[in-house]
Amino acid sequence: MKILVCVTSVPDTTTKIAFTDNNTKLNKAGVTFITGPYDDYALARAVELKEKTGATITVLNVGEADTEPVIRKCLAIGADDAIRVNAEPTDAYFVAEQIAAIAKANSYDLILMGRESIDYNGGQVHGIVAEMLGIPSISPVMLLDIDGDTAKITREIEGGKESLEAKLPLVLGCQEPIAEWKIPNMRGIMTARTKPLNVVEPTGTDKLTTVASYELPAPRGAVKMIPADAAETLIQLLHTEAKVI
Amino acid sequence: MSVLIFAELDEGKIKKSSQEAIFYGSKVAEMTGTSATTIIVGPADDTELASAGKFGATKVLHATDAKLSEPNGMAYATVVAAAAQQEGSNVIVLAKSSLADAMTARLAGKLKAGLAANVIDLPNISNGFQVKSSIYTGKAFAFNDLKADVKILAIKKNTITPEEKDAKASVEAFTPTLNDADFAISVKSTEKSSGDILLPEADFVVSAGRGLKGPENWGIVEDLAKALHAATACSKPVSDLDWRPHSEHVGQTGLKISPNLYIACGISGAIQHLAGVNSSKVIVVINKDADAPFFKSADYGIVGDVFDVLPRLTKAVQAL
Ligand SMILES: Cc1cc2nc3c(=O)[nH]c(=O)nc-3n(C[C@H](O)[C@H](O)[C@H](O)COP(=O)(O)OP(=O)(O)OC[C@H]3O[C@@H](n4cnc5c(N)ncnc54)[C@H](O)[C@@H]3O)c2cc1C
Repeated sequence: MKILVCVTSVPDTTTKIAFTDNNTKLNKAGVTFITGPYDDYALARAVELKEKTGATITVLNVGEADTEPVIRKCLAIGADDAIRVNAEPTDAYFVAEQIAAIAKANSYDLILMGRESIDYNGGQVHGIVAEMLGIPSISPVMLLDIDGDTAKITREIEGGKESLEAKLPLVLGCQEPIAEWKIPNMRGIMTARTKPLNVVEPTGTDKLTTVASYELPAPRGAVKMIPADAAETLIQLLHTEAKVI
Repeated sequence: MSVLIFAELDEGKIKKSSQEAIFYGSKVAEMTGTSATTIIVGPADDTELASAGKFGATKVLHATDAKLSEPNGMAYATVVAAAAQQEGSNVIVLAKSSLADAMTARLAGKLKAGLAANVIDLPNISNGFQVKSSIYTGKAFAFNDLKADVKILAIKKNTITPEEKDAKASVEAFTPTLNDADFAISVKSTEKSSGDILLPEADFVVSAGRGLKGPENWGIVEDLAKALHAATACSKPVSDLDWRPHSEHVGQTGLKISPNLYIACGISGAIQHLAGVNSSKVIVVINKDADAPFFKSADYGIVGDVFDVLPRLTKAVQAL
């Protein structure tokens, strides 16, 4: 089985977001970039499937050279090789086109990615890729087992979950509790250095959506503290002052 | 340019978030001098369908094929694409939801559409087509220029307040050609918590964290939620520990919600938790630690023990 895991390189979850250049660029100063947390779940499950079935894992990132540390970490966690499409990932459609082009050339049985990236939170790339390949997509996937050419899946739905079955090939958007995040060990880090990381140039130039500028939310007003022994007053304030109940 | 709105049903009723989407779509239609058509898939009666008119739709297309009675993102995308083609729509609006996520992507792929998710305001069409969306899990906003001919807007819930008018939409049957490949995934079983208020749709949310000490203590959270007609939610460690189902987990790696009122009980307010709830209109924090970071992002705060405070709040709500 050949598994493709697509990963994003995103600001660490604790990052305070700020912009520069007249609010047109993310201020990267002091920001640590990490693998998208949802992508980490996808990779962790791929590594488990590799241990169980002897699958091979290719990790793919659409990004410029500064994403390579994130890709190397994925190799250290257990991917066999990596592809970086050398382009700035500005638009979901464009990113999906790159992934679909690689997938067409290599015919993977399973394409896994996170349910969404934590920068633009679009949650769209997996579905667009699947549509481009003409195969099913399922998201958000909480459990995944492979039995021959059949995938058994549990996906989250609003207020519950759903058990599904589908034949490979598939594109899946993953989330917890599909697997526990994995941390690279020393051996993984050493061997990652020698694993192939192929850089390819992008195909297509579609940029259907671009971001003109960014803005930060207005700060909340000061908190109004209510003494615990008068907790009931809160309900009055929510009723008469905030007028939400 | 005509505007097509996909409205989602929950047990035969148009969801509140879809009412918001219909209203949003009708406003875009007004701005662009066209009409708003709503496409609804699955079983619903004519009165319910015509009620789309209250929110500004003039026409409802209703697809009822038995194969479509269960939500199926791939098949629904095929239906909406066919409706967009019939209506000549190049703006498609829908409420962001788990079904919508599955659909919008397939639709974007089919129609080669420009797409904005988590849209929080009406578009600016004075020069091109620009929409504001929430990004970085609510930590920032982006102004997106949609350049493709077809534009898909997935509206963040609870950010648009619909005005209702006394009008009915006309209802037409819609029978698109279905695509067998869209039914390749078979649903084996579905588990749904019934009777509860759906968290992503809720106006009020009572949420609790590790401060509740264990699942056996959730009664006091549920009592307050019940009194307020609120949904319940939790922090990540709580769902990781299986104290509560994963579908209640809010935050960076869970659901992103924007209710009118969010009451956080025994939750520290880590940045990853905040990220999923910071667009709530009013935030109340109850924590016994006066230095809990959550107080910095709250509108109202009580430094106190949840086991003492929650039952008293429940009584006060019941007395309203
Ligand atoms: C990549 C990543 C993603 C993450 N995603 C999420 C996410 O999506 N959602 C999320 O919630 N977290 C997320 N986290 C975890 C997050 O960092 C915090 O660990 C988590 O939010 C803490 O949950 P908590 O506040 O319930 O627990 P704790 O941090 O243990 O806090 C419990 C709080 O309860 C208070 N308390 C205790 N007893 C009482 C009492 N009797 N009365 C009143 N108050 C009391 C304490 O003072 C404390 O403030 C993520 C972390 C990472 C690294």
